[in-house]
Amino acid sequence: MSQQIELKYNISADDFTRAGEASSDVKSKLKQMGVSPESVRKVAIAMYEGEINMVIHAHGGEIKVTISPEEILMVLKDKGPGIPDIDLAMQAGYSTAPDKVRSLGFGAGMGLPNMKKYSDEMNIETELGIGTTVTMSVKLQ
Amino acid sequence: MDKFFTAVRLQEDLCKGCINCIKRCPTQAIRVRKGKAVITKEFCIDCGECIRICPHHAKLAVYDPISILNNYEYTVALPAPALYGQFNNLEDVNIVLTALKKFGFDDVYEVSGAAEVVSALSRKYIEEHQEDLPLISTACPSVVRLIRVRFPNLIEHLLPIKAPVDVAASLARERAMKDTGLPGDKIGIIFISPCPAKVSAVKDPLGYEKSDVDGVLAIKDIYPRLLSLMKEVEEKREVEDLAISGKIGISWGGTGGEAGGLLTDNYLAADGIENVIRVLEDLEDQKFSALEFIELNACNGGCVGGVLTVENPFVAKVKLKRLRKYMPVACNHLPQAKVKDWEWTEGVTYEPVFKLGLNMKESIERLAKVEELCEKFPGLDCGSCGAPTCKALAEDVVRGIAGEQDCIHILRQYIHKLSGEISKLDN
Repeated sequence: MSQQIELKYNISADDFTRAGEASSDVKSKLKQMGVSPESVRKVAIAMYEGEINMVIHAHGGEIKVTISPEEILMVLKDKGPGIPDIDLAMQAGYSTAPDKVRSLGFGAGMGLPNMKKYSDEMNIETELGIGTTVTMSVKLQ
Repeated sequence: MDKFFTAVRLQEDLCKGCINCIKRCPTQAIRVRKGKAVITKEFCIDCGECIRICPHHAKLAVYDPISILNNYEYTVALPAPALYGQFNNLEDVNIVLTALKKFGFDDVYEVSGAAEVVSALSRKYIEEHQEDLPLISTACPSVVRLIRVRFPNLIEHLLPIKAPVDVAASLARERAMKDTGLPGDKIGIIFISPCPAKVSAVKDPLGYEKSDVDGVLAIKDIYPRLLSLMKEVEEKREVEDLAISGKIGISWGGTGGEAGGLLTDNYLAADGIENVIRVLEDLEDQKFSALEFIELNACNGGCVGGVLTVENPFVAKVKLKRLRKYMPVACNHLPQAKVKDWEWTEGVTYEPVFKLGLNMKESIERLAKVEELCEKFPGLDCGSCGAPTCKALAEDVVRGIAGEQDCIHILRQYIHKLSGEISKLDN
């Protein structure tokens, strides 16, 4: 039997009513698997922020979550505009979200900082005009 | 005490095995097995939704019969504030309270009075625990039970102060012992409840070892007789002055009442179990910041929407509003009460009842199997198998409590295949 399971989610663009569905599904599955509440919290918040980012900035994309007894690996891949300045984007409060998005209560500039804060490892690969792949991991042991 | 006590029961002869309750249950605690609904009590949070939806009245709440009054030498009624919302044109709470005494109780103690004490204590607690904000209301037992099984990360936000009914019970017993000289066990403290969740909360409280409530009666059971006694009291002008609460206490009967008593605008109040779950999900993802208090009630409209009430909850809320109009804001009769005297004495522990496997390895295998089965099932969530959704059936299969062929669509495919093979043999 396999020691890990892979879950795949397609994130649709600009659909705020559905944003958060994928992270919510992962959250309920992790609870069913008996993952510690603290790790569930970290994954839920990190992935939710990433998912919202994909909806706001990147016209959607795909999230792959691999769950094993050692770690939860999240790979968020989009074909969006890319991040011109990662250091700037990582600053708390920095945001390029349009007003329309802010009026919904999103776009506070905490997305990437929270993703880094709640994951144990995070890696961003981005190319302007091509897309961004964010890899986050939460260790379970 | 059984830590998964539930006050909801099935009356088997009335159950037709339809799918209404399994579909409505917010924790997917019910399955139809062998034509009858079965509750998994570990999953049940006593919200009463199945009682409300069952068209055959096969779901019941257990509570005490009125004859419980005979078990004690002296009895005190604790009316829930929701009770006052059940009557038309009620001008004075004292009419209800006096009628309760005529009903057979020796004394009454308004839960709304104790609610004002809890409001004052909550204000103090919030001020002193800014690091734990937002605090989540613990007055609705269904909400606390839901958090215990589904939202482990929110347990630390639970407001650890006893519910008004339990504060009222302790104060009422103390007063009765002083007034009568009787020992505590000869005195019966009886709650007049809007919901079955309070029955469980009394039998098996969360946050403290023992409740001071001795019995629970349903509002709907005492309603008809109380109504005629109220008329009598009014006609004979026998109304006694028994009320001990003001606006804040009475308002606890409906959504927003508890939060309103905190005298801050910085709160969220949600009612209806599905809405409660949505708020808790978002709260768990830390989507709200800067809120001080979250009031949650499992029933629509708050306690007035309890399944043991008589009046439409929204009408009852209007009646409460009208009733409290000329009341003082509060009549807190225990201004010196200290948080530590009414604080929870034990923590609430996370109960991972929905866990698929014993360990991570087994859970991964089982989840993979669930995913595989979900692909195979038609995704109609028809309920014919007795589980509320295809996913729930898949989980039941991996838990070993159901079979794939409980799915009538899978069974049909199987029969088609068999009949195909048989006809081949015939030829």
